[in-house]
Amino acid sequence: MDLLRRGVLSLALAAGLAAAVPARAEPPSIVVASTTSTEQSGLFKHILPLFKDKTGIEVKVVALGTGQALDAARRGDADVVLVHDRAAEDKFVAEGFAKARKDVMYNDFVVIGPKADPAGIKGAGLQDAFRKLAEAKAPFVSRGDRSGTHSAELRAWKEAGVDLAAQKGDWYRDVGQGMGPALNTASALNAYILADRGTWLSFKNRGELTVLVEGDSKLFNPYGVMLVNPEKHPTVKVKEGQAFIDWLVSPEGQTAIANYKIGGEPLFFPSADKAGK
Amino acid sequence: MTETLHETFARLWTLDRDVIAIAWLSLRVSLTAVGLGLLFGIPLGSLVAVARFPGRDALVAVLNAFMGLPPVIVGLVLYLLLSRSGPLGGLGLLFTPGAMVAAQAVLATPLVAALTRQVVADAEAHLGEPLRSLRLSAPRRALVLIYDVRFSLVTAGLAAFGRAISEIGAVLVVGGNIDGHTRTMTTAISLETQKGDLSLALALGVVLMGLVLTVNAAAALLRGHAARAYG
Repeated sequence: MDLLRRGVLSLALAAGLAAAVPARAEPPSIVVASTTSTEQSGLFKHILPLFKDKTGIEVKVVALGTGQALDAARRGDADVVLVHDRAAEDKFVAEGFAKARKDVMYNDFVVIGPKADPAGIKGAGLQDAFRKLAEAKAPFVSRGDRSGTHSAELRAWKEAGVDLAAQKGDWYRDVGQGMGPALNTASALNAYILADRGTWLSFKNRGELTVLVEGDSKLFNPYGVMLVNPEKHPTVKVKEGQAFIDWLVSPEGQTAIANYKIGGEPLFFPSADKAGK
Repeated sequence: MTETLHETFARLWTLDRDVIAIAWLSLRVSLTAVGLGLLFGIPLGSLVAVARFPGRDALVAVLNAFMGLPPVIVGLVLYLLLSRSGPLGGLGLLFTPGAMVAAQAVLATPLVAALTRQVVADAEAHLGEPLRSLRLSAPRRALVLIYDVRFSLVTAGLAAFGRAISEIGAVLVVGGNIDGHTRTMTTAISLETQKGDLSLALALGVVLMGLVLTVNAAAALLRGHAARAYG
């Protein structure tokens, strides 16, 4: 009990400390819960300074998997969520945690694998590729973290007619981590993996891995943005949060997203103008 | 491997202001947490050493066990407490440096208390008898003994600093690794590792080690100087 009391005391003191710090006029700021793919691809580092220059609002990004990001927002720990799992986003809106969802941008998933391609999936469609992977029992790394990419991977198995629960074995490695660590694992094991193109393009430790399947319409990966409903959590910074969302979908924000390139290749494609059509 | 190492040292020279800001934040958070740890841990540890009360042995066992408190558990519990939906959500501390200080202070306090208890108990084995014969109260005896072992307590502070600055589990969960705001050396190293930029991650690791060495060297100098002047 004594320890607990001390814990609370430390907290109180730290609270005093934290309260003392913002006293020197902190700029307005919002917390955005987003995904590891947007953070680790470097997109935020590119666009957030532009937004801050224009509005003076500082955007603090907490990068989590899509599922975790939505959970943090449900608890009221974020003002805005920017994620990529349409079904989970619609559920979030249906539960009343957000009033609306807006399209922001999209990129696509790619199936990565060893250059030697033992399962022979190069150039195949997504369905065929995943069926072959299960048949060959080729080493495959799964995010396993309820992220948008993980959801997309599970959908791909289902559509390929693979019953993961029955067929997964030693070849299927569930790492329960973000896109980067999962790619590191795949690189070390020379395994196949489903990745978002943005993280793959900015990923440096590729080893023998390369893109084997791309361009299938099923690999489309849209990102949506939502303001957390202030009726659920009164602490939500509505004005600043809405300003960020408005900027993201404005021509200026959309151009900033389109201009983010690695090696001349764009990572995300703006899609706000297509919203509502 | 050798290629990565070569790159690491090449990149050490190109580390920019961002890295200095991150290192400074790490240092500030961990030193504040250690300060709080000393503030709570030294009185607690020394009182446990000199006072006799029921349940004392159990408390000692708990203190010793809590030296090994898993940071990620501390982070998770604090996260639930500090979350807007948690009991302390009104403080608005989650995802701020204040939350990271609190988490590391919770880690540092039992470590300081357990180490203090040990050195004070050892000192009491020599000085306890005469002190008790002076009919001093437990807090007064504790105070005298703390003064007696003050140089040994530097080690407790350094151990707590080492634990605080090197942990990642707690700061990642309660801080959120926000760029320019709650990104510390350890969370930055983890992030670069995740991005597959191993040479940059290693370069940051070298900086972190340098930071730890500097603080320890400063403490050793201070201690040596103080021991000569006031020992």
